[in-house]
Amino acid sequence: MEFLRPATWDEALAAKAEHPSALPISGGTDVMVELNFDRHRPSALLDLNRISELTAWESGRFEGQEGEVIRLGAAVPYARITRELSRELPGLALAGNTVGSPQIRNRGSVGGNLGGASPAGDAHPALLAAGRDVLVEAESVRGTRLIPIDEFYVGVKRNSLEPDELIRAVRIPVADGPQQFSKIGTRNAMVIAVCAFGIALHPKNGTVGTGIGSAAPTPRRAVEAEEFIAGELAERGLWESGALIGPAAIQRFGELVTAAASPIDDVRGTAAYRRHALAVMARRTLTWTWNEYTQSLRSAA
Amino acid sequence: MRVTFTANGREVEADDVWEGESLLFMLRERLGLPGSKNACEQGECGSCTVYLDGAPVCSCLVAAGQVQDREVRTVEGLADPETGLDDVQQAFVDAGAVQCGFCTPGLLVQSHDLLERNPQPSDNDIREALSGNLCRCTGYEKIMDAVRLASARKCSSSEVSQ
Repeated sequence: MEFLRPATWDEALAAKAEHPSALPISGGTDVMVELNFDRHRPSALLDLNRISELTAWESGRFEGQEGEVIRLGAAVPYARITRELSRELPGLALAGNTVGSPQIRNRGSVGGNLGGASPAGDAHPALLAAGRDVLVEAESVRGTRLIPIDEFYVGVKRNSLEPDELIRAVRIPVADGPQQFSKIGTRNAMVIAVCAFGIALHPKNGTVGTGIGSAAPTPRRAVEAEEFIAGELAERGLWESGALIGPAAIQRFGELVTAAASPIDDVRGTAAYRRHALAVMARRTLTWTWNEYTQSLRSAA
Repeated sequence: MRVTFTANGREVEADDVWEGESLLFMLRERLGLPGSKNACEQGECGSCTVYLDGAPVCSCLVAAGQVQDREVRTVEGLADPETGLDDVQQAFVDAGAVQCGFCTPGLLVQSHDLLERNPQPSDNDIREALSGNLCRCTGYEKIMDAVRLASARKCSSSEVSQ
């Protein structure tokens, strides 16, 4: 096995081009488990720890995205996302705070979740919910490719990166409304999600974003649920009035989220349990975010 | 490969390191620092917790080659050669927070970090900070007592010095 230690981003891209089968390692919280248990022995490890721009984030405006955007370096650890970006990216900050333990959150990052593309990665539901214009910056010696989050996940632990590409950053629009994340596990810390759900209200364009984790071969969006609830909020003038959504619509939202999932029975839980839990999480998180939204309307009035 | 880094304030060098080897293995088997314990090898138990550039991490999940030119502080580096045990270590002894002792090194490093960042943690803060460290003997109550004791001593000694 080779151990490649590029000092700069350009060197890292050159190394990946030369060794397309090299496995990138940053926090190591997934990669090292595979190595420790000898489940996987890559031809080379490509250590990204020396590349400082990967652990930086910036805010700004970017082409193809509306409003202010956070360009989050691929290796910014979850602990820092929760500490530094809970106002801008509340859904991701909440999700990040459920990853593993404090020690894991000091190392693990969104780039690792995306690279691994496990359906159980905690960042995915939050990224999907944050909007269809969340973009993954994939870079290679050939140039930069911006991959919309909806096109990123292509199969169980498979993403749409080319063999010579590395994840440089993720561009995530700054929240324009309340966001929530909910996850089922056997305890609060140190769990891989049995299933998870992320939601984001987008009052600016009248949409609602969702993301389902651990209940399908890939992380996925509940498209019909999003369209249904956005329709309810618009037709009944709820964005303006801030009135209650009501139990019937909330119930229907939960059913549509469940219908969007295709879970399996496995060691962590049954498909039936996951469907049930998803409906509960969808109803709860919708209620939480809506309450927060109506409070913000009232305090602004 | 050869890896050179700082361990507990001292420059160290490990030779013939396998590229897929963990920091934990290198510390224990090549550098004579067996304080950090090897239990789960998957970041579940926290027994191998060390500081890497000042942040506590599971050393089983860091590749040895990643610490080149960086600073590692293990449980062996908590005590001061002059003044003896660190407050947290003394409190674990005094509160009876050690039974079989296997989880203790990781708990010491993690508790040490908590009190550095937050000298007066609430019980919830302590539980959250130690949520990635498993202990199968104590039921955690004595560990909670130890962290509270270390916190009380830290705060009273800083008041005295003021």
